[in-house]
Amino acid sequence: MMIVLGRTVAVLSFLLVMFSGQPQSIAGEGIEQTLGQITSEDESVRDAAVRSLIEQGDVSLVPRLEEIRADASRSIRQTIKPLIDLLKNRGKLASPDSDVRRSAATDLGTSGKPVAIQWLNAAAANEQNKWVRYTMEESAALLKLTSDDPSIKIAAIEKLGELRSENGVPAMKVLVEAGAGAEATESQKRVATAAVASIKDIVTWGAWSNAIETVFRGISLSSILLIMSLGLAIVFGLMGVINMAHGELMMVGAYATFMTQEAFKAFLPSTMFDSYFLTALPVAFLAAAGFGLLLEATVIRFLYGRPLETMLATWGVSLVLMQAARVYFGDLTSVVAPAWLSGGQQVLVGVYLPYNRIFIIGLSIVCVLGIYYALFKSNLGLRVRAVTQNRNMSACLGIPTRKVDSYTFAFGSGLAGIAGWALTLIGNVDPGLGQNYIVDSFMVVVTGGVGKLAGTIVASLGIGGLNKLIEPGFGAVYGKVLILVMVILFLQWKPSGLFAMKGRNAD
Amino acid sequence: MAEQGSFQNSIIYLDGVTVDYDGFKALNHLTFMVDYKELRVVIGPNGAGKTTLLDVICGKTKPASGRVVFGQDVDLKGKREDEIVALGIGRKFQAPSIYGFLTVWENLDLSLKRSSKGVFATLFGKSTAEERARIEENLETIGLKDYAHTRAGSLSHGQKQWLEIGMVILQDPSLLLVDEPVAGMTDEETEQTGQLLQSLAEKQAIIVIEHDMEFVRQIARIVTVLHEGTVICEGTVEKVQADDRVREIYLGRQKVAHV
Amino acid sequence: MSDGATDTKRAGGTAFWVVGAILLLVMPLLNVLPPEDSWFHLSDFSLNRFGKFLAFGILALGLDLIWGYTGILSLGQGVFFGLGAYCMSMHMMLTIGKESVYGSEMPDFMVWNQVKELPLFWKPFYSFPMAVIGAILVPMLFALIFGFFAFRSRIKGVYFAIITQALALVAWLVFNRNDTNLGGTNGLTDFKQIIGYRLSEPGTQRVLYVITVLCLGASYLFCQWIIRSRAGRVLVAVRDSEKRVVFSGYTPANYKLFVFVVAAALAGLAGMLYAPQVGIITPAQIGVLPSLEMVIWVAVGGRASLAGAVLGAVSVNYGRSVLTNYFPELWPFILGGLFVLVVLLFPDGLIGMMRKGKGLLRQKKSGEEKPIVPNQKLAVPEGKR
Repeated sequence: MMIVLGRTVAVLSFLLVMFSGQPQSIAGEGIEQTLGQITSEDESVRDAAVRSLIEQGDVSLVPRLEEIRADASRSIRQTIKPLIDLLKNRGKLASPDSDVRRSAATDLGTSGKPVAIQWLNAAAANEQNKWVRYTMEESAALLKLTSDDPSIKIAAIEKLGELRSENGVPAMKVLVEAGAGAEATESQKRVATAAVASIKDIVTWGAWSNAIETVFRGISLSSILLIMSLGLAIVFGLMGVINMAHGELMMVGAYATFMTQEAFKAFLPSTMFDSYFLTALPVAFLAAAGFGLLLEATVIRFLYGRPLETMLATWGVSLVLMQAARVYFGDLTSVVAPAWLSGGQQVLVGVYLPYNRIFIIGLSIVCVLGIYYALFKSNLGLRVRAVTQNRNMSACLGIPTRKVDSYTFAFGSGLAGIAGWALTLIGNVDPGLGQNYIVDSFMVVVTGGVGKLAGTIVASLGIGGLNKLIEPGFGAVYGKVLILVMVILFLQWKPSGLFAMKGRNAD
Repeated sequence: MAEQGSFQNSIIYLDGVTVDYDGFKALNHLTFMVDYKELRVVIGPNGAGKTTLLDVICGKTKPASGRVVFGQDVDLKGKREDEIVALGIGRKFQAPSIYGFLTVWENLDLSLKRSSKGVFATLFGKSTAEERARIEENLETIGLKDYAHTRAGSLSHGQKQWLEIGMVILQDPSLLLVDEPVAGMTDEETEQTGQLLQSLAEKQAIIVIEHDMEFVRQIARIVTVLHEGTVICEGTVEKVQADDRVREIYLGRQKVAHV
Repeated sequence: MSDGATDTKRAGGTAFWVVGAILLLVMPLLNVLPPEDSWFHLSDFSLNRFGKFLAFGILALGLDLIWGYTGILSLGQGVFFGLGAYCMSMHMMLTIGKESVYGSEMPDFMVWNQVKELPLFWKPFYSFPMAVIGAILVPMLFALIFGFFAFRSRIKGVYFAIITQALALVAWLVFNRNDTNLGGTNGLTDFKQIIGYRLSEPGTQRVLYVITVLCLGASYLFCQWIIRSRAGRVLVAVRDSEKRVVFSGYTPANYKLFVFVVAAALAGLAGMLYAPQVGIITPAQIGVLPSLEMVIWVAVGGRASLAGAVLGAVSVNYGRSVLTNYFPELWPFILGGLFVLVVLLFPDGLIGMMRKGKGLLRQKKSGEEKPIVPNQKLAVPEGKR
């Protein structure tokens, strides 16, 4: 229903837009006759009719043509299909949905029908969205490349170069080859020269846009690592403990998000569905913090000063949590990202930034600011810093160090929950969710060093960024190998991480 | 140039050493020397840089600037801790630092000076009768003969201190660094420790850091007073106690404490 | 040596020969002599499975040296195990010859992946002696390089554990890839023979079992020799107080490197014996999780006790084998719970409990027997952590 309605709207608005551009002269009998001809048994008559209808480009004929096609024989259907597609795409150029407009423009660009050039030009003239207009212009230029007039060709080539159009490169390469041939005409050579220049521009830009995207991907991965490592690093700084179940606390956060979503589905009207995601934030934080508090009180508390044993015990806990999730939830559950976080934004030619990644980058910044605020402005933060620096002295000053430990651990676990909440945006919720990046975030903590968040931030940026920098050249696996080698070499230089403590307390 | 002459005789010579902990100068252009077979006591208020001084000598802390010369011409800068130990510098830590899960005998056996302490030498090496005799003798000296096969971890605090001293003695160091040896000892134990250190000083140079002025008076010949990373005063106990600046440092602090 | 340990030495000695005789003679005889329906009959399957557990015991000995005695937690032993197993498996792949599915001289998976020529690094493994040497030397060499950099820069404690875990992850990723020509995810399998003997013959498996027992015995004596030497005491001293070790004139890094390399050699040996008995090696056996599981073997058996390490390896794996058969869903719970329980409540593991039991029975003098494993405060000043 919706689709039909949408199409009607599209057709109507198209007619309005195109009124001035397309004379309605070929009305009435002429049309009927041509429509009759396209079902003709004679192939040449049929083709001529199709050509004529394409020239006319009357979108309102689409329903009629569909009817005809439904009853027609196979060969006739095949003749009509491109015609319908073309007309439909022309109609879609006026769609209210910018994505539809854009994909229609792309389709027309590859249709090879020069008649579409004027449609695209007309649509581009009225287009408000920059990137749709871009695609319309690009498609028009692509079609012009097939023109016989060398000056039009050169103009199109220059336009494509100006647009930095990657899509134009293959066609232009053909022209370059044609111009390089022994019996190439003068005009072919001129076209080829222009094409070479444009291709060069495009390739240069391509390198830039690739670099920008790589940087973005690096920052995106870094922020994921950062969000995961923050809680880990705070706890490590305070208690010297690496919580191997940190990944599973993230999993707890992710499942809390999932269950919030399910609750919204079950109990609330669907219009409110999109707000489940924000509601899930405190749920995920509290769920993970609660698990953390429990873990601290039942296991970690008894292992203070024995960091290796703590690692092993928390790994045991992580096994139990993972298996519990597997038994209870099964293997595959996923969270549907709210509408406002799906899709993305093109910012430059060839550079497209998905909203969920941008969101995670923003979230990591918010988390860092929040933690700095908590550490430096709150009472608990002051105590945490005190205990981190000198546990005994703090105890002497009457700071309840054990309580500080357990609250901090719960807070760190809550941060894991937030990380899990955010990770639902970029992957499935499954029992193994915690394992995906966890070893990397351990490396971040180790590289960053103890006691200063700046170390964790720099280390996440370093490891995440390097990962994405190396990946294109070496592949993901060998990239990881290189990262490990680099971390080990780095630790040669700074054995206790970036920001190790100096002074008499340092060992 | 006259100074040149004097450090020719020194076993350890620190020349303008500065140690910087994130802006806090634990040692500030410190110049300090100790002669062969000298028993030197270093005192000073908390944070004066006493322990840092020992850390610099034994390579645990790297100075930001300055020179550390051992014996005639061995520059300790850039040497690893175990290399420095091999040169003949032994150290007893403030808190007893022994191997709690080994027996007293094993503790001493590991500390004994040997030609090689590499992996394969220790893997194949057997104790000689002479070495065993040395350990026996040492056990006698430190009064732990009856505890030879007890786990060191179960000794009393004072016994642990003594064990550590015994371990350091067996290393045959020509320079012995001792950080607060009598902390937590009874008066009698303190007395005995003093005698032990004095008898050791007949063979080797010793630097002792101490707070207990009673003990300092018992053992000291020359006392060095450190304050804020530099030497304030050096001389006999009497001279040091009479020094105005030393009084100021200690008494001035007391005034503050009384307010 | 000259201290009072001679008594316990003798006791350990008797137990060693008794257990050795049971493993070496009684078990194979129970497999061969009694008729199949007899109560005393040990099936081929059981003997083979037990051989696998004993191979794990060899690995556990090495892990115990480095973790139990020296206090260094390595979460990457699976890598060395894998290197040993792959070396031997490569040899066995090459001896399949024309018997393979595709009838090619090349291993099946290479034919499948359209590899035209045998990669150079496979070629030495045509030779059986090379495979045996490689299975031990390759892990050692690898440990030497990795350990050199790790210990030189004084990476220790939690840091070392994390770095070795990353090593396990990376190794797993690399072995999983097809372009490394190690069989990818499916690993190496379908072995037919080893130096001419059919692996499907119970007789071959019986011999492999006996070889495993002999290797285990030799490894045990070797580890015991290390532990009882002065070097062994230095290892314990490193665990106790690394600072003091330095000031006693030793270089802890060298000792750590030594014990890390020995542990890697034992893990490689274990892998080498594992592959022909189990008939398959895949990356799944060398990753992060298996490497962690190896630690629990030692923890359950009892740290800083060689017998405990072997006991732990055998009992945990036996438990796993039985339980995954009947309650596959339950095993991760049990394994995880075991980790927590052992660390929290039984730091001395099974051996510790047995000793405690013995002590209670005797009711004789002195409760002075201290736990083998301390409530080990890491050598970090209180103020820092």
